[in-house]
Amino acid sequence: MAEPILHVRNLTKHFGGVTAVDHVSLEIVPGELHAVIGPNGAGKSTLINLLSGELRASSGQILFQGCEIRSLVPEKRSRLGIGRSFQRTNIFPSFTILENCRLAVQSRHPRPLVWWRDARTYESVMVKAQQVLAAVELSQRAGDLAFALSHGEQRQLEIAMCLATEPQLFLLDEPLAGMGTEESLRMIELIKKLSATHAILLVEHDMDAVFQLAQVLTVMVDGRLLASGTPEQIRADRAVQAAYLGEAENRT
Amino acid sequence: MTLVTLPRWLLLGVVLLLALVPLGASTFYLQLGAKIMIMAIFALSLDLLIGHTGLVSFGHSAYFGVAAYTLALITPKYEAANFWFTLPAAIVAAAFAALIIGFLVVRTAGVYFIMVTLAFAQMLYAIFHDTSLGGGSDGIYINIRPELTVAGFKPLDLESPAQFYYLSLILLIAVYWILNKVLHAPFGRALAGIRVNEQRMRSIGFPVFSYKLGSFTLAGAVAGLAGYLAACQFGFVNPEILAWHQSGTVLMMVILGGMGRLHGAVIGAAAYVVLQELFSSSALFGAYAKHWQLSMGGLIVIIVLALPHGIGGLIEVAWRRRGYRRVGIAENGDG
Repeated sequence: MAEPILHVRNLTKHFGGVTAVDHVSLEIVPGELHAVIGPNGAGKSTLINLLSGELRASSGQILFQGCEIRSLVPEKRSRLGIGRSFQRTNIFPSFTILENCRLAVQSRHPRPLVWWRDARTYESVMVKAQQVLAAVELSQRAGDLAFALSHGEQRQLEIAMCLATEPQLFLLDEPLAGMGTEESLRMIELIKKLSATHAILLVEHDMDAVFQLAQVLTVMVDGRLLASGTPEQIRADRAVQAAYLGEAENRT
Repeated sequence: MTLVTLPRWLLLGVVLLLALVPLGASTFYLQLGAKIMIMAIFALSLDLLIGHTGLVSFGHSAYFGVAAYTLALITPKYEAANFWFTLPAAIVAAAFAALIIGFLVVRTAGVYFIMVTLAFAQMLYAIFHDTSLGGGSDGIYINIRPELTVAGFKPLDLESPAQFYYLSLILLIAVYWILNKVLHAPFGRALAGIRVNEQRMRSIGFPVFSYKLGSFTLAGAVAGLAGYLAACQFGFVNPEILAWHQSGTVLMMVILGGMGRLHGAVIGAAAYVVLQELFSSSALFGAYAKHWQLSMGGLIVIIVLALPHGIGGLIEVAWRRRGYRRVGIAENGDG
């Protein structure tokens, strides 16, 4: 088994008296898609925010490629190779779609002191921006404004911006939320493609998608880790069935 | 509302017109023109923060004032100071003040940012008002304007209203040109990103704090240039130039002209100065002229309500579509 790219140990987050994430430990190895599931309020989004740096953990360890990153700000974690999407679409709505991606590529080629040169004349940055747009199949819309995209397309754009920063680990927070069937299918294909080359931590409510995509599943309930294992193991796990999956499984 | 630009021929036409003004204008109008251009530089510097970085500073007079005082303090009493020494000194002093204050205030946001920038400006005001450092509340006279010489020649005599007008015009064009470049360069694009969605900028890896501090310092330096010129023109500095009224005035210029557009800041400064002249003219308004702030306030309320993108926004309408397409960015009414 490969060295884990992300190693979380006993991660805990208190909000006042509430413990949103309670001694959670997990590992992700390169090339693995690790899904975190659980009912609403289980602490899944908090976990992602702790990993991306939006929130600061109360205790525990986050080792990314062997380095402790628990106290780093989000921009530092991004530069180390952690990319994320947000539960609520988070783009630059008043910029063109290409400019959204170009800006994301620029973060890796900042040149803040070259004040006389137009940002769009950096050939390699423009090419890379076009590439990530092509990867999410939005090239046709490059010149449109981002707010004109449909909800699903905006989420694709978010993935493109993430790709532009060349992360080793993707944190995807409910990428299928609020999507229609067709948009969902397209996003699932996209995540599949990503998972061939990247480690992914996926938080998602759509169980069909999760069981289709994930190699490893972690179930969280009330901030705690209930079970972790392959999709088959999780399906067979009595505690999980009782807490969460039971109804969904009975339906199908 | 980022980076709406006017066509080049229009800008060139305006510059040409402005360059011709001294041929026919009296001293009064030349001085008024120079004042407008100085305030335009000041407004441009504030708009870099408000319209392009999303930082609403309410203490921008501090850097204007620091540069003005720098010139006053290093000018000898009975002879002219050297332009080439005093100008960089004043700008560096203003930039340094902005760097130090910026380091402390840029970590705050929203209304807290407004309040702490104001607080720091008022602290500087208190220092100059209450200590003898800069002549206390009486201020200091600059009896002789700086001397601008190039290899023994004096290409511009700052004592001549027409030539001071040209100096102000040249510097306004330079600031406009440089800021336009900066805003199209990677640094400026990153500032636009920060204004629109700061959280996203962090999560794609931009050190937002450094960018904001850079913007704050640059804005302080440009405000310093304006403050230097203002001190040259009036030949006098007192604590009022770094008081909050001054910050409020330049803020109104930016809003009047339309935030986030370079020409807006210039138009706003011109509109404000001209309106102030009109409303305070007793020939036009008689005894009511001394209440000019009342008329001014009323008109500003009307303009802000009628023109959400300021006077500058009105002028763009004709070029709107083309301008947006060219810069790849548009407006979604996000303020």
